[in-house]
Amino acid sequence: MNFLSGIGRATLTFLEAAGRLALFTLTALSHCVRPPFYLRHIGRQMVEIGYYSLPVVGLTAVFTGMVLALQSYSGFSRFSAESAIATVVVLSITRELGPVLAGLMVAGRIGAAMAAELGTMRVTEQVDALTTLATNPYKYLVAPRLIAGTTMLPILVLIADIIGVFGGYLVSVYRLGFNPSSYINNTWQYLEFMDVVSGLVKAAAFGFVISLMGCYHGYHSRGGAQGVGAATTNAVVSSSILILVLNYLLTGIFFS
Amino acid sequence: MSEPLELNGAMEVPKIALRGVKKAFGPKVVLDGVDLDVKRGESVVIIGGSGTGKSVLLKSILGILQPDSGTISIDGEDTTHIGGRDRERVMRKFGMLFQGAALFDSLPVWENVAFGLIQGQGVGRREARERAIATLAAVGLGPDVAELSPAELSGGMQKRVGLARAVCTNPEIIFFDEPTTGLDPIMADVINDLIVKCVKNLGATALSITHDMASARKIADRIAMLYKGKLIWVGPVSEIDNSGNPYVDQFIHGRAEGPIQMQIKAF
Ligand SMILES: Nc1ncnc2c1ncn2[C@@H]1O[C@H](COP(=O)(O)OP(=O)(O)O)[C@@H](O)[C@H]1O
Ligand SMILES: [Mg+2]
Repeated sequence: MNFLSGIGRATLTFLEAAGRLALFTLTALSHCVRPPFYLRHIGRQMVEIGYYSLPVVGLTAVFTGMVLALQSYSGFSRFSAESAIATVVVLSITRELGPVLAGLMVAGRIGAAMAAELGTMRVTEQVDALTTLATNPYKYLVAPRLIAGTTMLPILVLIADIIGVFGGYLVSVYRLGFNPSSYINNTWQYLEFMDVVSGLVKAAAFGFVISLMGCYHGYHSRGGAQGVGAATTNAVVSSSILILVLNYLLTGIFFS
Repeated sequence: MSEPLELNGAMEVPKIALRGVKKAFGPKVVLDGVDLDVKRGESVVIIGGSGTGKSVLLKSILGILQPDSGTISIDGEDTTHIGGRDRERVMRKFGMLFQGAALFDSLPVWENVAFGLIQGQGVGRREARERAIATLAAVGLGPDVAELSPAELSGGMQKRVGLARAVCTNPEIIFFDEPTTGLDPIMADVINDLIVKCVKNLGATALSITHDMASARKIADRIAMLYKGKLIWVGPVSEIDNSGNPYVDQFIHGRAEGPIQMQIKAF
């Protein structure tokens, strides 16, 4: 009996959480498309997410490109396929590593910050204070973050793509002794429009998920500093896992 | 226009009317049927021990929490289950001073005070700023404070900014959640005076909660005592010392012995 009731309780808890998340998402989305829009806040979030994440995303991208070139050289030289290195670098970066690694880095940076900020606002009653000042917290706090996350991540990833390819170019040309112009030619040769676009669509989805998880966990945090800490952890962990799962699903949709 | 109503007090629609308001969190019953009328221009103070549900009651009236049953009416309009634009319209009648001031720490002091004007009423930033600085002056804070961030202020100053934010939009009804808790006695009295002054100047209706009897005596026209989810005594402030209610007597004299048994252990 106890065993069964345990299963039942876990199921109910899960369904309740899923329902609450779905409701949160729908409410937030409905406020994203209905005026008034807090342009000042959307702008501030865009700068926070897009501009201030550039260094960490750029560093990640350049080292990923470099290590890709190095690894594929040591592998491909065994069967004299060194000319494929440029293609491997650009395809891996634009299709997979650019969006996924940028997503994970931004999840750690932005998702955590959002959860901590909204969580602190929740436990210090600032969210309630917003309501009493006739301002909807979904519209004022959540919608700008969702909009900024969804629009800024593709731009970040586009920049990361370029920096990553450049990292591969640096290693190939200056360390492995490739001819610069033939490396660039090889890069373009097999790259298709769809490779880049699929990566950017993934990035938009990841940006949405990061902001959503950050806001959701922050908005529903309770219980003082400890609750905010838990919300921050949950936001980063859940958005990272969702990024990996979504990446698999979207890859399946795009390339099968 | 409202003169005829005032002539006949019995007919006047109460500003706030609570009927059988109940609220439980899981198995824990916090409000167990609260009835209360607050008349226009009246200042009612709810007293009660910590954790008796005073804040929950205020938040239910404000619409931040949904009561499980019962009705809450503002100006005769049932607001228990309204949402969206209707809720925002009712919210514009309210000002609220939170227990911890709840200032927005991402905004400077003046924007905190002007928030209801800018976001709620669409007043331009320049005019809102001027009105915010005037309101800050009314609570005894100079224009130099306006540019500071809330984190740079002492507790007493934060409470004053919170008070300025609550009254800046000229609300019809103002709520004060433990306005003097955590302040030294002198600052507490300053806040009490400010509350009395602000409420008088606006001609507003006030509903406050506190466990500070000095504060309650100063700002209340009527006092209500919340105990075990019910208002066990409601009466004018002049009768609080002769209430004949042993619970009230124990509370206002702050005695450990009496009918109210503190729950030392969390159950
Ligand atoms: N959101 C909530 N979820 C669960 N329990 C709550 C919530 N808000 C308040 N409570 C409980 O309700 C009781 C009354 O709280 P409160 O109204 O804050 O007391 P006070 O009279 O000191 O203001 C407390 O025991 C508290 O644990
Ligand atoms: Mg309280």
